[in-house]
Amino acid sequence: MPPVLELRGITKSFPGVLANDHIDLTLNEGEVLALLGENGAGKTTLMNILYGLYKPDEGEIFIRGSKAEIHGPQDAIRQGVGMVHQHFMLVPVFSVTENVMLGSELTKAGVMLDRETVSNRIKEISSQFHLDVDPNSKVEDLSVGVQQRVEIIKVLYRNAEILILDEPTAVLTPQEVEEFFKIIKSLVKQGKSIIFITHKLKEVMAIADRIAVLRSGHVTGITTPKEATESSLANMMVGRQVLLILNKKPAKPENVVLEVKDLHVNDDRHLIAVNSVSFDVKAGEVLGIAGVQGNGQRELIEALTGLRKVEAGEVTMMGQDITHSSPRKIREAGSAHIPEDRQKDGLVLSFPVAENMVLNTYYEPPFTRGLNLRHDEIEKVAQERVKSFDVRPPSISVPVSNLSGGNQQKVIVARELSRPITLLIASQPTRGLDVGSIEYIHGQILKKRDEGCAVLLVSSELDEIVNLSDRIAVMYAGRILDILPAAQATREQLGLLMAGIHEPNAARA
Amino acid sequence: MREGKGEAILLPILSVFTALVVGAFIIPFSDPNVLAAKGFMETLSASWAAVRNAYSAMFTGAFGDPKMISAAFQAWQATGETKGLLNAFRPVSESLTIATPYIYAGLGVALGFRGGLFNIGAEGQLFVAGLAAAFVGYSITGLPFLIHLPLALVSGALMGALWASVPGFLKARTGAHEVINTIMMNYIAFRLTDYLLSGPMQRPDGLPITPNVLPTSYLPLLFAEPMRVHWGFIIALALAGVVYWFLWKTPLGLEIRMVGANPNASRYAGIRITVITVLTMALSGALTGMAGVGQVLGVDHKLVRAFSSGYGFDAISLALLGNSHPFGVVLAALLFGFLRGGAARMQSVAGTPVELIRIIQGLVIVFVAAPEIIRTLYRIGSSRKQKSAS
Repeated sequence: MPPVLELRGITKSFPGVLANDHIDLTLNEGEVLALLGENGAGKTTLMNILYGLYKPDEGEIFIRGSKAEIHGPQDAIRQGVGMVHQHFMLVPVFSVTENVMLGSELTKAGVMLDRETVSNRIKEISSQFHLDVDPNSKVEDLSVGVQQRVEIIKVLYRNAEILILDEPTAVLTPQEVEEFFKIIKSLVKQGKSIIFITHKLKEVMAIADRIAVLRSGHVTGITTPKEATESSLANMMVGRQVLLILNKKPAKPENVVLEVKDLHVNDDRHLIAVNSVSFDVKAGEVLGIAGVQGNGQRELIEALTGLRKVEAGEVTMMGQDITHSSPRKIREAGSAHIPEDRQKDGLVLSFPVAENMVLNTYYEPPFTRGLNLRHDEIEKVAQERVKSFDVRPPSISVPVSNLSGGNQQKVIVARELSRPITLLIASQPTRGLDVGSIEYIHGQILKKRDEGCAVLLVSSELDEIVNLSDRIAVMYAGRILDILPAAQATREQLGLLMAGIHEPNAARA
Repeated sequence: MREGKGEAILLPILSVFTALVVGAFIIPFSDPNVLAAKGFMETLSASWAAVRNAYSAMFTGAFGDPKMISAAFQAWQATGETKGLLNAFRPVSESLTIATPYIYAGLGVALGFRGGLFNIGAEGQLFVAGLAAAFVGYSITGLPFLIHLPLALVSGALMGALWASVPGFLKARTGAHEVINTIMMNYIAFRLTDYLLSGPMQRPDGLPITPNVLPTSYLPLLFAEPMRVHWGFIIALALAGVVYWFLWKTPLGLEIRMVGANPNASRYAGIRITVITVLTMALSGALTGMAGVGQVLGVDHKLVRAFSSGYGFDAISLALLGNSHPFGVVLAALLFGFLRGGAARMQSVAGTPVELIRIIQGLVIVFVAAPEIIRTLYRIGSSRKQKSAS
């Protein structure tokens, strides 16, 4: 029997980039194929070709042995290929039924929407694959995990046999990931074939039948979880030896640097986002704040860095009250901030690398003398920082938008860490970065800690929190549910806390 | 500037060229000879003649007649007579006179763009600034030139700054969009002008015109009559240099550009966005206001109700055409000056309506705003960044 899907010699280039270079890939019926690779390896391009969003320069696609012409998503769907995007394509105020029928509306008498038939069909699909989704609930009322299942139902409703899942676990808690894996297994058992795109090694080992590793447009290896180890996969992804486990010396916590007492902060809609949060961070330790995105971490960090108004409570840094200080005051007090969204908050993309290197210190000597900005001094310092932080821009005068995500983040890290600081606030410091850059940035954060800097780390990647932190606080619905010493915290325990389940006695036991 | 530097210069030039070519296809439709012509060949040759006449009239209208210029030169060398020269160069002088308010207003709007603000209120700002300059010019007597002129210039610029900082303040304080509020401020400025010209600032004979400003507040002519180009032109060029220095070489300029490019990152960098917003609008208004001041003190020596022929609105196009760069704005303003300068002669000599110039100006802007048209026409390698692999 021919494979369900076969890609032969797929090649696609963009100006200056060969995104896919003669890629051959097969997917067998009832199989989970993991497509593993760093950002920029060409995974998404390949899948967009399969889904008809890009036209390949070369190569052919075969579905069940016959050549397929896919010119757009409609063709792909007709041939049984469905895609679940990383960012959901749902209308929040519509019901599940309405979302599922959107784009292929079923009608009664030609004009009336036939919600009933669709809703019955959703119930069938839901029970067949154990998805447990109520067709009548509004999408905005559903948790992220359930919303993802709605996306899967959308694809199954259109009779997809081949499901492409693009980074499906990025938004899920560890428990939701477990649930999600069960769904995948039930899909596969009933004959669906799945391509699972990810860059997380653990998940690949847990769920895949076969693994294809992509690096800069090539397939660098096809293996199975039995034959591979996490580090062999990492090496295939990066092309060199990677340290997955950090060499971390035990922390030597000293005096309290940052102290937060009973903090209340509102979000943009004036709803309470941070609810009576208290903690402290000591010099020489990393306090990690774990939690699923959107539980108040962003508002907390913005309040601590002066970007958001504090409604109530007190923040002190080295004994100095900074509760209502401006971002500039707080920075000048010796704090550094690696913001969550590097492109939105951390960089001015159209400005050269050099100016981004001094984005918050340009007004100080030697960068400003009298009325004049000293471009020569700025460039000198930028050159030094580029060198000592291993940033690789084509030149320091190109716009920072020309740099890869990893290099952009390194610009921010270089800018923030090359000042004398007593507090480092790092929010999602490695989101979307490749393994190599993650390794480097983690090393830099620990180096600062060992130099006696207090580090507050926010991340929704549990691995990052566990690897870097000395103490772990878990945030859920605006509160810190518990703060555990990292050495004693287990993944299960953290996962439960992230889902809001807190049993104080059990946790301390 | 997102594109490469070469392309940033090439695109506007090709846009102007293309607009002139398209204009050539429009000219014949307004030409009586073409409309009367019978048969294809006759129509074609009449059309060609019409286009040639129109564009050559436009050229001599904008730059002067080469024959006249060389004749005047010979006369000057032979007899030392300069009157011929002044006449021969008069068209250039007229074009530069028209370009002067364009430079000021274009610089003002461009500065706003750099700060992320869309100042549609240049027209209103140049009216109130002109009124202030006129008032200082005619009401204060007995001052020496060296005090009176600077005082008139500065009060005009300050008035423009004040007028523009109102929408700036509203934006910073309440988030009200500056586009709406600058437009509304225009209406207030126009009606304020009407009121002042029909009452408090009206001249004794009852016409809606201010009294003449005193000669001590004149912006002096660069040459002699009939060449009207005045010192305002030189000041405009100098200001372009100052704006460039300010935006790119001072910390405050960096802050304005940073707020314009990414307000979130500016907040992160510790910049007080509200302060910068008001300041940007004020500086923008001071510059656009100078367009009115220059006309009042340099050309008309009084304020007439209709003294601005839409300079403030054209300034938006100029800033766009000049890529919001001071030197680009100067070049764009010169282009508009020469086009407008040539238009009058084109109408009187070749009978082509002045409105053609408006069409050409419009086409230039369309091509600059939609560079893909030009790239496709001339097969310029697209530098547009495609979504790369991820």
